[in-house]
Amino acid sequence: MSTQAQARLEQAPDRGGRAQPMLIASHLKRYFPIRGGVLNRTVAEVKAVDDISFTVLKGETLGVVGESGCGKSTLARLLMHLLPRDSGDIIFDGDAVGQLHGLPLRDLRRNMQMVFQDSYSSLNPRLPIEQSVAYAPRVHGMGRAQAKRTARELLQRVGLRPELFAGRYPHELSGGQKQRVNIARALALNPRMLILDEAVSALDKSVEAQVLNLLGTLKREFELTYMFISHDLHVVQYISDRVMVMYLGQVVELGPVDAIYAHPRHPYTAALLDCRLTVDPATRIETPPLVGDPPNPINPPSGCRFRTRCPHAERICEERMPLLGEWNNRPESHLVACHMVHAGSGHSKAPPGGLH
Amino acid sequence: MSDLSITGAGATADPNAREAPPASQVRGYWGNVWQRLRYDYATLFFLALIILIVASAVFAPLIAPFDPNKASMAHRLKPLFFRDNILGTDEQGRDILSRILYGGRTSLLMGIAPVVVATIVGGLFGVVAGYAGGKVNTIIMRGMDVFFAFPSVLLAVAISGSLGGGMINQLITLTVVLTPPLCRVAETATSQIRSMDFVDAARASGASTTSILFNHVLVNAISPVLVYASTLVSASILLASGLSFLGLGVSPPTPDWGLMLSTLRQALYVQPIVCAMPGVAILITSIAFNLVSDGLRQAMDVKA
Amino acid sequence: MDMSARPLVEVRDLQVNFVSREANVAAVNGVSFDLMPSEVLCIIGESGSGKSVTMRSILRLHPPRRTVIRGHIRVGDYDILSLSERAMNEVRGAVVSMVFQEPMTALDPVYRIGDQIAETVMRHEGCSHADAMARALELMELVKVPSPERRLRAFPHELSGGLRQRAMMAVALSCRPTLLLADEPTTALDATVQIQVLIMLRKLQRDFGMGVIFVTHDLGVAAQIADKVAVMYAGRIIEYGSVADVLMRPAHPYTLGLLSSTVHGQSRETEIEAIPGSPPDLRHLPPGCSFAPRCKFAIPACSASFPPLVAVGPNHAASCLRVDVVRQDSMALAS
Repeated sequence: MSTQAQARLEQAPDRGGRAQPMLIASHLKRYFPIRGGVLNRTVAEVKAVDDISFTVLKGETLGVVGESGCGKSTLARLLMHLLPRDSGDIIFDGDAVGQLHGLPLRDLRRNMQMVFQDSYSSLNPRLPIEQSVAYAPRVHGMGRAQAKRTARELLQRVGLRPELFAGRYPHELSGGQKQRVNIARALALNPRMLILDEAVSALDKSVEAQVLNLLGTLKREFELTYMFISHDLHVVQYISDRVMVMYLGQVVELGPVDAIYAHPRHPYTAALLDCRLTVDPATRIETPPLVGDPPNPINPPSGCRFRTRCPHAERICEERMPLLGEWNNRPESHLVACHMVHAGSGHSKAPPGGLH
Repeated sequence: MSDLSITGAGATADPNAREAPPASQVRGYWGNVWQRLRYDYATLFFLALIILIVASAVFAPLIAPFDPNKASMAHRLKPLFFRDNILGTDEQGRDILSRILYGGRTSLLMGIAPVVVATIVGGLFGVVAGYAGGKVNTIIMRGMDVFFAFPSVLLAVAISGSLGGGMINQLITLTVVLTPPLCRVAETATSQIRSMDFVDAARASGASTTSILFNHVLVNAISPVLVYASTLVSASILLASGLSFLGLGVSPPTPDWGLMLSTLRQALYVQPIVCAMPGVAILITSIAFNLVSDGLRQAMDVKA
Repeated sequence: MDMSARPLVEVRDLQVNFVSREANVAAVNGVSFDLMPSEVLCIIGESGSGKSVTMRSILRLHPPRRTVIRGHIRVGDYDILSLSERAMNEVRGAVVSMVFQEPMTALDPVYRIGDQIAETVMRHEGCSHADAMARALELMELVKVPSPERRLRAFPHELSGGLRQRAMMAVALSCRPTLLLADEPTTALDATVQIQVLIMLRKLQRDFGMGVIFVTHDLGVAAQIADKVAVMYAGRIIEYGSVADVLMRPAHPYTLGLLSSTVHGQSRETEIEAIPGSPPDLRHLPPGCSFAPRCKFAIPACSASFPPLVAVGPNHAASCLRVDVVRQDSMALAS
């Protein structure tokens, strides 16, 4: 192992200690303006990420689920600083990112990397994969020969024999092989955290299983922390320690995976779970758990955003937006943004009491 | 624990070995392009023709049977195969073949040099505009649109008219006319590449904009730009000929295909076939360039 | 059920090769199956298995100049591979129609939804525009598009993904086809929308009495909709049977591997039982069973020649030399 450790960049040290969360995002917001008219004025806004706060603990896997348009990919790009945020703070291992006296962006990128959804656009078609993997270490000042050695070691590590694959171009690889290269590229800077944005969604099932197993192995081996974004509830259940459910730019439920899958408390989470398909033809779904499509994020409904599709919607849901509440830093804490759960919210199904 | 042991079920057996082609089969992008071109005999034929035309222009002094500027009052407007004048003579009795060979130097220069310069200048502006986006893009592309608003011939005539004739001015004119379309193509290609995940991955690794432009954007933008540029060579030759024809290009007696066409025009009823010869040269050359760029486009359209 | 009824679709020894200067890709290598009227057959397979190619052959949608199709396809009274292009256009839409994975590419972006449905109706039935529009409205109600009058006047890009898929289904159903081909029509949809479309498709299939061939890579989707299932690997059907037989009691190692590598509720502590390796290169298929190099049950005989289909139950067959061993394993998985 020692020679390999030398060939790669050192993993940055654990600065904040075991108890300090790896990543804290607080009140992140990103609206995309929709321009129109002759004067090119902003006529509407897509509230892609609307006041989202969460924490990723060291060594855990936080699963993020939601349908298209819920803002999960925008969230990943905000965290990676690929998109500027309108407001909110990102704190990595106790240091605010990009602020005076904080963690410089370049250091954040050493520490946190992203694996993109496999598609034709995730690898540069004109570069041999070895060079795609070696690119980041080169950027961070590693010599050509050493970067090449790092790249070959990582290819080996993700299951692609370098003597066969190093010189190949992306179009000479299958989908699963490309995704392995994507993972190797993300690991090239020896980061402490990976954001996986639909990293297995485009893969065939048998390949998906291989890549999920690989992700598990790499996590143990490199002591990684994952944020795993996916629309596949089966996969999220398998890989996550905690789960965050998003709907139209907001978090509706956040908690330990077993608690959420066994007892979902938000009606949207419950409906999503009911939509999971099993391979047993005897258990066919006869009535759809939800009707309609997810609404357009350009003009989200007032109050609770889910109320237009919610079977339990009442007037209070239209009038007031339910809040998720503050997370108390304990992994087992389970938060829900629904009036039915909050005592005294005014919803007929809410538990009695409370001070609201 | 051995250094080379692979862990994880995903990495256990490596059946990938079976489907891996031998190393010699692994070609880069340009290798693939060449593989495709190799079997495209039509394109290869016209490529050879272009090489022949360029070579005959370059080596004109060696192969031309006569001095292109040597006039002969006795042998004016002679037909094809008149003694040693294979393609006949012009209104001053000069050998047409020799003048076409020498004229190719001017015409090919007019066809190639402005395209090369416009590709560099337009490509640079286009890549910057496409990658930066926003205000920079607006300023550069609206600036190009000013030139785009005029038909290219009109624009060329206007610029040439204000600069005056002569070879240098004609080169400048053509470059100015060809830059905006190349800029547009480069901009479109770049903004497409800009939205690809691999560019985001490079940004996420902390790479500088310059590094991303050179390592990730240029290598991908270059083939659409090159293909488009190759179509412009024949357009440029035609435009240059047109300008010379109108008297806005090189000045006589320098041989030039457009200029020859212009002066021979008066003798059209005397020796129609001889008078058409410079036109035939223009036609063959531009068709050859067009077909080669067509084949190039097909060959470069390799998946990935 | 009348077992002697004539199948709606008969495919016999279908072979499809894509030929180019660089390679000869054997996409489908001898596929045979029957589809009874008003039966739903799911063709399951991963990318490159030939499932879409097989289905597209029924409508002859492949580029003719680069494709070599051999074998025999009969739909109703039509001998598909011997029809003229003109007769084929009569079949397309009227007898057989198709829905695709991405409706944006199947719907014409410059025409309103209503006009697209009406145009298909008018072309095949020769009725007036007003009648066709009335029919279009009816169809939009049938596929449960909310406020259908308004949606008829919408352009494809103005609809959400789920509504576009419904609109495409309305176009496909406009001439009451007897056979509907569906190429992963729910794959691009969100889970909550996917199940709505599947339930609707199931109902329409029953109401219309259509035969459906449904191509998918998702075992869960097949479990929802299929009567029969055909599993394809490297251009061949390697297992065929009723949906319950194939998904609950698989007899081919590939089907078994596919089931155990599909993530559904496995313990987080253990690794998923993945199939090692990747599918074979269709340009150079191995001589024997194409799955043998990845198969944990393989014996030397597997690589000798391609194993024939072996019946393992009524209407359930797998092409594997080791069905007995595999079935023991799959019984263990089920219990």
